[in-house]
Amino acid sequence: MIAVVVFPGSNCEQDVAHALGLLGAESQFVWHLETDLSAFSAAVLPGGFAYGDYLRTGAIAASSPVMASVKQMANEGKPVIGICNGFQILCEAGLLPGALRRNSGLRFRCMPVNVRVETSNSAFTSLGVAGQVLEIPINHFEGNYYCSPNTLVELEANDRVALRYCDAQGKVTQEANPNGALGNIAGVLSDGRNVLGMMPHPERAADPELGPIDGRVILESMIRALVPV
Amino acid sequence: MHRRLGLTDEEFERIGEILGRAPNRAELAMYSVMWSEHCSYKSSRMHLKTLPSEGPHVLIGPGEGAGVIEVDGVAVAMRIESHNHPSFVEPIQGAATGIGGVVRDVLSMGARPIALLDPLRFGGLSDAKNRFLARGVISGISSYGNCIGVPTVGGEIKFEDCYSGNPLVNVMCIGVAPKDRLMRARAHGPGNKVLLLGSKTGRDGIGGVSVLASATLAAGAADKRPSVQVGDPFTEKLVIEATLSLIEKGLVVGVQDLGGAGLCCATSESAASAGTGMRIDLDRVPLREPGLEPFEILTSESQERMLLVVKPEDVEEALGECLRLGAGVAVIGEVTTTGRLQVFQGKELVADVPAASLGDGPIYDRPAKRPDWLDGLQAEEIPGLKDAEITAAILTILASPSIASKRWAFEQYDHQVMLNTVVKPGADAAVLSVPGSKLRIAVTTDGNGRYCHLDPYLGAAHAVAEAYRNVSSTGAEPAAITNCLNFGSPLRPEVMWQFKEAVRGMGDACRALNVPVTGGNVSFYNESDSTGIFPTPIVGMVGVLGEGIDPPPMGFRNEGDVIMLIGATDEELGGSEYARTLFAKVVGRPPALDLEREAAAGGVIRKAVAESLLRSVHDLSEGGLAVALAEACVEGAIGAKVDLPENLSLFAWLFSETSSRYLVSIGEGSLGQLQVLLDAAGSVGLTLGGVGGSSLEIGSIVKISLADLKDAHEGSFASAIDPGVG
Repeated sequence: MIAVVVFPGSNCEQDVAHALGLLGAESQFVWHLETDLSAFSAAVLPGGFAYGDYLRTGAIAASSPVMASVKQMANEGKPVIGICNGFQILCEAGLLPGALRRNSGLRFRCMPVNVRVETSNSAFTSLGVAGQVLEIPINHFEGNYYCSPNTLVELEANDRVALRYCDAQGKVTQEANPNGALGNIAGVLSDGRNVLGMMPHPERAADPELGPIDGRVILESMIRALVPV
Repeated sequence: MHRRLGLTDEEFERIGEILGRAPNRAELAMYSVMWSEHCSYKSSRMHLKTLPSEGPHVLIGPGEGAGVIEVDGVAVAMRIESHNHPSFVEPIQGAATGIGGVVRDVLSMGARPIALLDPLRFGGLSDAKNRFLARGVISGISSYGNCIGVPTVGGEIKFEDCYSGNPLVNVMCIGVAPKDRLMRARAHGPGNKVLLLGSKTGRDGIGGVSVLASATLAAGAADKRPSVQVGDPFTEKLVIEATLSLIEKGLVVGVQDLGGAGLCCATSESAASAGTGMRIDLDRVPLREPGLEPFEILTSESQERMLLVVKPEDVEEALGECLRLGAGVAVIGEVTTTGRLQVFQGKELVADVPAASLGDGPIYDRPAKRPDWLDGLQAEEIPGLKDAEITAAILTILASPSIASKRWAFEQYDHQVMLNTVVKPGADAAVLSVPGSKLRIAVTTDGNGRYCHLDPYLGAAHAVAEAYRNVSSTGAEPAAITNCLNFGSPLRPEVMWQFKEAVRGMGDACRALNVPVTGGNVSFYNESDSTGIFPTPIVGMVGVLGEGIDPPPMGFRNEGDVIMLIGATDEELGGSEYARTLFAKVVGRPPALDLEREAAAGGVIRKAVAESLLRSVHDLSEGGLAVALAEACVEGAIGAKVDLPENLSLFAWLFSETSSRYLVSIGEGSLGQLQVLLDAAGSVGLTLGGVGGSSLEIGSIVKISLADLKDAHEGSFASAIDPGVG
């Protein structure tokens, strides 16, 4: 059973549950006041505007009661994925390094983008191939990934960049970068490779009725990695 | 005092008669907002009654928070609201709270909001103020709509100088509910408790409906900024979830949103429509700051609030659920048998009026007069073009802000959340899955102020016809409309004539095309410094797409497909994009509209889509055949070669806006079947040429590369609205 964590202001939890359901996985909504997630084998922090993005995106949600338990899941090696606002929350909670700044164009962007799978060595990309291009929509105002130069060196050296914005051919170019993210980074892994934060929404690219289904690579990899509880 | 609040001497006298005494300060404020044009529809009500409101799909017609139709056992609620004046005074908050308001209208029916559409009108983008307004409104829609998790799937943005001092910001919201869970704004059951859910009440938006919405704008509009409410989309999201959760748990007897005229309106309306009364205690209303006077609490338009009627035994559970979901709530009163709205502050009775009298405002049959200038305007000639001038004309029109792609805007709107959006913004109509049903709906908003300026009867009928074509293009059966009627001051007989004509035209078109009106909104006083807008009735239409029918794209797809034009073409350039963009003229008569021909052509398209005959469908509207061809090429990223007959001049063929036409592409093998459908309906189809190549070629006169078409169509809007960034 996968926990889909719902904060006040989350708005993609139904979409995540729908996409997981299409792939045959069971999920359950968990309100942010819950403190025990030990019965779950993975956690998804869905997109939205937790606490209205007030203060800073993800900042207030990072202190929600549920987060201690999310951290424990991460420490136990269970898959934890933060999508969009979920990524922002994971950064604020210290589960992933770096921060998401306002898009360089200072506009909200809702559009399909191409991302290149940088590593297949993770709980979320095991069904992908390094170099593979996935078309997945983004939907954010604060997706401009940033981290310190030292952190960047560490991320690159340890193969912790999971996804990068690229063109349709897989070339990582400035034009293909929708938000100004450092190194075109669209997704970052934790040191243990079981926590992923990504700005694109894989659940929006999972239902063939709506368009491309490249997001399934991410979600199916996670389902494959589930550890029975 | 009463005049300052917008009440006439006669209205003031009538209040005295109703109460049998002079109203106190709070009561006067209550009548002032409730009898404002915005709330009472006093100048429009008698005319709106003539619109057809019944049809096989209609569950709830005009007069409720939203109209409701039935789609495959699911209730689909629809509503349009305007937020024109607030958006001129403060564009970001004006647009944001416009969304908040219409979302709560739909929510008050017990429906979950599933889509938003935004028909917008601004003055020309060469003016910095208009750019500021347009960018602000788009950003307000983006920040509010995205945050509450309701996708913005469509709308239109058009530009005309008449909107410079008075932009139009209309918002349509669609919602869904299980049919048996629809709610009404009824405060039934004396003894039941009245709960106020959501934000605390502050001094924002006091008198918004009377100060802002029911008077014309003048210099110094910035002074009215305190009358514009400030939106908090996070709280709105909590209010949506809490309201729906309480309804789902069966804890709610009646629901009403707080919008214009705030608490005063919600309490009096819900009591009046149930034939009950209500007593409320202002000391129990959670306030943002101490010291609000009774009239301020009663008429404040603080956003993100809902009024719920709950049985006494359910109150505890309801409060607990709101607390769990993080939504503020307070019990502020109870339903009574008195028929009166009795407002206490602690033990002191501060207002006591018959509840129904607030909603039972005056009704006026205002004088109407056809404008003297109309004949001259209609008689003016529109120049032609030489063949050598056509290519440049096509590119100029494609790049005009009203025609150009609005990608810059709709990419700022989350149009995908909820995973229902099958056909995304930029097409003729958006197509959405309906949660709980196998069917899908097509939704669109349309309106043509130029046509209405030149002939309000015909222009309003055209708005219905254009929406009908947009919905039919997807293969969906048009089911119902809602409307937003944006006009100048009803105190001017010319405006009143435009209004009456427009309502008559809309009614005739709806009857002929068999689409009932489920409700709507009237926005008068759209004037600044006595310059009125073009009369601009906006139509929001919902159509139902049968199971298994796939909406075709609007762009050409396959090399070798045959391009056909469905519907005959005449030289009809009155009010056209051609006349406006190339000659700066809004003159002549709008195209004729034969509603039988419209219905026949729509029927052919819907049947052809259902039988999967068509590779692409795009309806013709502003800019005529030239724009439709160019858009079909750009959207499909493939060229086309067409030849046009010589019965009309080339410029007439390309830019005429004759109604009831569609541009389709079709495989050669399906031509016979399409012809059968055309013959059966008495419609005509003309083969124009074929799909292919990398340019748009028209006879031997025009050859424009796809790249140039795309530059004109997609590149122009961003640089026009945001020249600093591009």
